[in-house]
Amino acid sequence: MDNNIVLEFKNIYKEYPGVHALKDVSFELRKGEVHALVGENGAGKSTLIKTCSGAISPTSGTVVVNGNEFSNLTPLASRENGIGVIYQEFNLVKEMSVAENIFLGRALRNGIVIDKKAMNEKTVELFRQLGIKIDPNVLVKNLTTGYQQMVEIAKAISMESKILIMDEPSASLTNRELDALFQIIRKLKNEGVAIIYISHRLDEIFEVTDRVSVMRDGELITTIDTADSSRDELVRLMVGRELKETFPEREVKKDNEIILEVDHLSGNGLTDVSFNVRKGEILGLGGLIGAGRTEFAQILFGVAHATGGSIRLRDEKLEIKSPSDAIEKGIALVPEDRKQQGVLLHMSIQDNITMPILKRISKYSVINRKKEKEIIEKYKNSLRIKTPSTEQLVNNLSGGNQQKVVLAKWLAAEPDIIVFDEPTRGIDVGAKQEIYAIMDNLAKEGKTLIMISSEMEELIGVSDRIVVLAEGRVTGELQKEEFNQESILKYASMS
Amino acid sequence: MKNTTFFQKYGIVVVLAGLIVFFTIMSPAFLTVDNLFNVARQVSMIGITSVGMMFVMLTGGIDLSVGSVLAFVNVVCAYFMVKMNMNPWAACLLCMVISAGFGFLNGVIITKWRVPPIISSMGFMNILSGLAFIISGGLPIYGFDPNFTIMGQGYISIIPIPVIIMIGIFILGWFILNKTYFGRYFYAIGGNEEAAKLAGINVISTKQMVYMLSGIFASLAGIIMLSRLNSGQPTTGTGFEFEVIIAVVLGGVSVNGGSGRIFGVVIGVLIMGILSNGLVLMNVNDYVQDVVQGIVLVIAVGFDCVSKAKSESKLKESVKNKGNAVSA
Repeated sequence: MDNNIVLEFKNIYKEYPGVHALKDVSFELRKGEVHALVGENGAGKSTLIKTCSGAISPTSGTVVVNGNEFSNLTPLASRENGIGVIYQEFNLVKEMSVAENIFLGRALRNGIVIDKKAMNEKTVELFRQLGIKIDPNVLVKNLTTGYQQMVEIAKAISMESKILIMDEPSASLTNRELDALFQIIRKLKNEGVAIIYISHRLDEIFEVTDRVSVMRDGELITTIDTADSSRDELVRLMVGRELKETFPEREVKKDNEIILEVDHLSGNGLTDVSFNVRKGEILGLGGLIGAGRTEFAQILFGVAHATGGSIRLRDEKLEIKSPSDAIEKGIALVPEDRKQQGVLLHMSIQDNITMPILKRISKYSVINRKKEKEIIEKYKNSLRIKTPSTEQLVNNLSGGNQQKVVLAKWLAAEPDIIVFDEPTRGIDVGAKQEIYAIMDNLAKEGKTLIMISSEMEELIGVSDRIVVLAEGRVTGELQKEEFNQESILKYASMS
Repeated sequence: MKNTTFFQKYGIVVVLAGLIVFFTIMSPAFLTVDNLFNVARQVSMIGITSVGMMFVMLTGGIDLSVGSVLAFVNVVCAYFMVKMNMNPWAACLLCMVISAGFGFLNGVIITKWRVPPIISSMGFMNILSGLAFIISGGLPIYGFDPNFTIMGQGYISIIPIPVIIMIGIFILGWFILNKTYFGRYFYAIGGNEEAAKLAGINVISTKQMVYMLSGIFASLAGIIMLSRLNSGQPTTGTGFEFEVIIAVVLGGVSVNGGSGRIFGVVIGVLIMGILSNGLVLMNVNDYVQDVVQGIVLVIAVGFDCVSKAKSESKLKESVKNKGNAVSA
């Protein structure tokens, strides 16, 4: 059997200050197998992949490729040893043709002239082998994401990769494209290529993989034959852990009035989404990345627009064209990407806090400084933003304190409904607890909270009720007493 | 804790002081009250226009049309007064309104059609200077009410009136940037347009406003220019936009938007004035002056970019170090 091992991770550790991203991970990939790597977000899958693509080097441990042992694999050595990685984000030049992309950086030449004809012929040949039907002359920008994915795969294969790593290749594919992908995978497998297949969709794993390895909290829990396993077992393995964090005790108010009614909402990636939110409730939105949760928040906040259906606020149809409309209606959004969307890094804490209400506290366009100061002090103190001065640039604050600035900014606007998109992403444990306490208090004060979270513990711990989305549709709703990780994951991976 | 070094903050003042010392030594005529007022009067048009340019650049844009606005207003205002016998006040006001309209249109094209500011304003640069030639037929227009010359040539006590107007505009600029809500929006938009939009700022109308203000300030400079020259000429204002941009950038306004103080722009404008005045007093010829100006611009912008890159890499370091530290 040993001769068949093409790639082996030996006792890999990767430590970042305060975090063990990978703990003693050992894993082997055999020739001609399709090996699934599964785990929740943040389980360490991508980090592990990066140690063999050469993007990062492990703190300790080695990677063995074709019998060569590396403690620090470089991207070049990785490629030279036949490892091809297909990332979620494509590395294609959109303004170039398909063939030019396939041969990017190693264009076929005739003297100093690029030999377009030869490249096209080779591309056609490659596509024929893979059963891909794409015109090599088409510009990549004119292809759908699914076809771009195919080109990316073909590119990796054309480099004669013996080991192919696919990081969520199906995320942007339609069902038909997915079938084509599976055919390619089977073909490659028959030719002896070893494939690591990362996916959140359990159906695919059972359809196309031979073995499956489960990762959790930076550790490799187990490797089993796919055929001997079941969906339920995989889900249990993926989530099987105790809740580590404590969440505020919440009293669920089931008979509060319905404040927000989402009615057959479509557009911006959503299809026929309906649910209600009650006053004083924390509604959790569960699902995978791209399931339509952030997309819903975008529509509610006026960043994107619906093509069908409606949202009703207190029985009144909402017409929101821009974030300023949303703010006026009492809606706030704590966005997913804090540094890019949440705060103005180059401005001071105080400038950030009053930005949405500046107009409100101005008379004849002149800002009422006294009022501004009062508001800044009030929210700085109530949220306990740790800083020597509110004139400090937000850039210089920790993630947790930056998030508090975002919260302060929205609380100052006195909204009724606050959407939290991944409220504690990249925030340390201590600050997380504070954010949870703040959220709990807000709900108790009668504010309505909608929380989008990819962290299972957080979703279960904080929410009063959970609506799960998958591929732009609502696939399930759970009351507090029905919360469990298995059913949420099951709904989330429905398609 | 602020990401600015001493030199970034005060370097420009040091440069100004250095220039003053240098020219004082090189030319006895330099450091006299008369000459200094002379410098101030010479830069007044750049100074007035620089405030509008600064607003535009704070939002991350640029306005290349200001020089042509100057020429256009020069000709059109003269035309109104001489050929149409319009009251000078009415003519000035009408010119400012027309310029505001062009500025607004420029802003609309930039925000609604998403044409890059450099291209859109370049278009307006050509349109306005072309119109100035068409209206004037390429010839100067003169023969105004003698009272009209007061604006550009008069004094209040010993201070030239254009200088007083410039000071007024600087104070207005300071007021807008520091006291009004929309002034703060300029900084927010230039630093991060997406976050600004998500904070409820109407990015589109704010941007349209800055281009409109830029047009208004440039037209005011054009009126002063007309009053000084006493004749409307379509060739005035050639290269003026670059002098304004250099002054603003020298003053520490980031070319990428989001940061800059009015005080810095005042110093930047003074440097421009002293540089050209001092070189003239030293009998350096015009072409060499152009070379010196160009060098000053490149060094100033280069300095801004290098120091920014440094503070950014520092920032990354600190983020890395803080990385996952427990609690803040």
